[in-house]
Amino acid sequence: MPSRIIEWIDQRFPLTSFVKHDLTDYPTPRNLSYWWNFGFLAGIVLVLQVATGIFLAMHYKADVAVSFDSIQHIMRDVNYGWLLRYMHATGASAFFFVIFIHMARTLYYGSYRAPRELLWWTGQGLLLLLMATAFMGYLLPWGQMSFWGATVITNLFRATPFIGDQVVIWLRGDYTVGDATLTRFFALHYLFPFLIIGGVLIHLVALHSVKSSNPSGIDLAAKDNIPFHPYFTIKDLYGLGVFLIVYSVFVFFMPDSLIEPANNIPANPMQTPNHIVPEWYFLPFYAILRSVPNMVGGVVAMGLSVMMFAFMPFLDRSRIPGGARYRPLYRLQYYLFLLDMLVLGYVGYVHPTDQTILVGQIATLCYFASFFFVPFISKMEERWLIKRGLPAEVVTLMKSESLEIEKRKLKHSRHNGVKS
Amino acid sequence: MEKENPSVGNRRNFLIKLTSVVGGAGVAATCVPFVASMNPSSDVLAKAETDVDLSGIPPGGMHTVAWQGKPVFVLHRTPEQIKASAESNGGIDPEPDSKRVINPEWLVVVGVCTHMGCVPNKEGPGWECHCHGSQYDDSGRVVRGPAPKNLEVPPYRFAADNKIIIGKA
Repeated sequence: MPSRIIEWIDQRFPLTSFVKHDLTDYPTPRNLSYWWNFGFLAGIVLVLQVATGIFLAMHYKADVAVSFDSIQHIMRDVNYGWLLRYMHATGASAFFFVIFIHMARTLYYGSYRAPRELLWWTGQGLLLLLMATAFMGYLLPWGQMSFWGATVITNLFRATPFIGDQVVIWLRGDYTVGDATLTRFFALHYLFPFLIIGGVLIHLVALHSVKSSNPSGIDLAAKDNIPFHPYFTIKDLYGLGVFLIVYSVFVFFMPDSLIEPANNIPANPMQTPNHIVPEWYFLPFYAILRSVPNMVGGVVAMGLSVMMFAFMPFLDRSRIPGGARYRPLYRLQYYLFLLDMLVLGYVGYVHPTDQTILVGQIATLCYFASFFFVPFISKMEERWLIKRGLPAEVVTLMKSESLEIEKRKLKHSRHNGVKS
Repeated sequence: MEKENPSVGNRRNFLIKLTSVVGGAGVAATCVPFVASMNPSSDVLAKAETDVDLSGIPPGGMHTVAWQGKPVFVLHRTPEQIKASAESNGGIDPEPDSKRVINPEWLVVVGVCTHMGCVPNKEGPGWECHCHGSQYDDSGRVVRGPAPKNLEVPPYRFAADNKIIIGKA
């Protein structure tokens, strides 16, 4: 009976072929390590956030007079409200945690290289959406950090040329962050996750068109690909188990560790807390904002610092595949960059003093310099490594890739020749 | 095959362009109410003026009042503070003290840091913003960045010796 139903559906909708092509039989490199789990984990966290968020929205009230109290209502009176809220708050941090690792893996293994540029850029777009969603969600509890975080970030738009002040008032719907701001942030905080789901679908279509990269950096022949199910469903599920243990430790044993104490004080537009900090996942970018002494410059630098990753396919001029795997200089640069991010994170967290401002400025310079020097270092490193000798498979891949490029050029020039 | 009349193609192109432009204008016009709905509503615009009674503020004391939802610092300056403010010209955004006050005894400035909009704290002479470390003197002028400008002086007028109205000069 079920097979007859499926047959009926298949004649009208490509159900079986879709499941085969994109889920069960989807060819996956057999050597994927656990670093390739984090895209799947991000998907699970997205589902968790949407689910907890919808149920929280059934009890939350977006109104400056009652929203702070409605959080207390959720925490104390709603059945399992505390659990939903702690899952949602911890989930935001978990989301950034897995996304940062997902990005770090891409950078380490050079997975942004051709032909995966669009995959990387759709991911960059998703990061921006995620940041916007997290930022707007943070206003909803209407605590002191919520209020002042939203005040500072909406103020960034004052850097817009000529109409900066009007843009800020338009974004807030008021002269200060107020009731109008809270309601629109709630509306958009509910909308954006669905945009993210759409973006994820595009991201997956791109992935299934170019297929996964793998830690060897070499495109594997068909015989080295294995079906996604059961090999990677089980590997992803194992990773999910480990992830959920860590997540549960935070949710059940230390849920307040990720919530700033000042956010337990209702928003007060007349008094800025002495120490305002963003959530940990924004700290490095916040430190860059603070490091530039000029306001517009700081805003531009902060925006650029998030967008720099998108330029990597252009900046990395080495033809050697596999990212840091075969490239010692790139590997060194990679670890120095991670260290620099940690320094920036620390500087973003502490109260600004002359010393930390100086450290922040140096770290900001290092941040941009590490992108700026990638083209030169990667080219130089490539020449050095070719002279020193590379593994045979790498050389073969490089040759076939350059052949592809030559072919494309030839086709292009022939095409142009016909036109003229 | 019949020979095409060249004017037919032109007419079609023209009509396609015209329709696109009119349609585009319609879409743009439809966006206006949506965008405008996000600007401050009438009840928000109505909180435009605030009266402040100065009689309760001792010399050297400061009151913070709300105007358009923003904090406004009303500082009753001592002769020393007036003298110190008159002597300097500020720092990053130079401006004489006399241009920032109506009566030098009373400094009225919007208590919103011109950098990122935090409320600076009264500390020592002047104010310090704890968000990003900007400092202002007793005339509300920025003396240490990253703030680019002096604290804004709102439009206000003295309705009596001890009463000001903030919102209209």
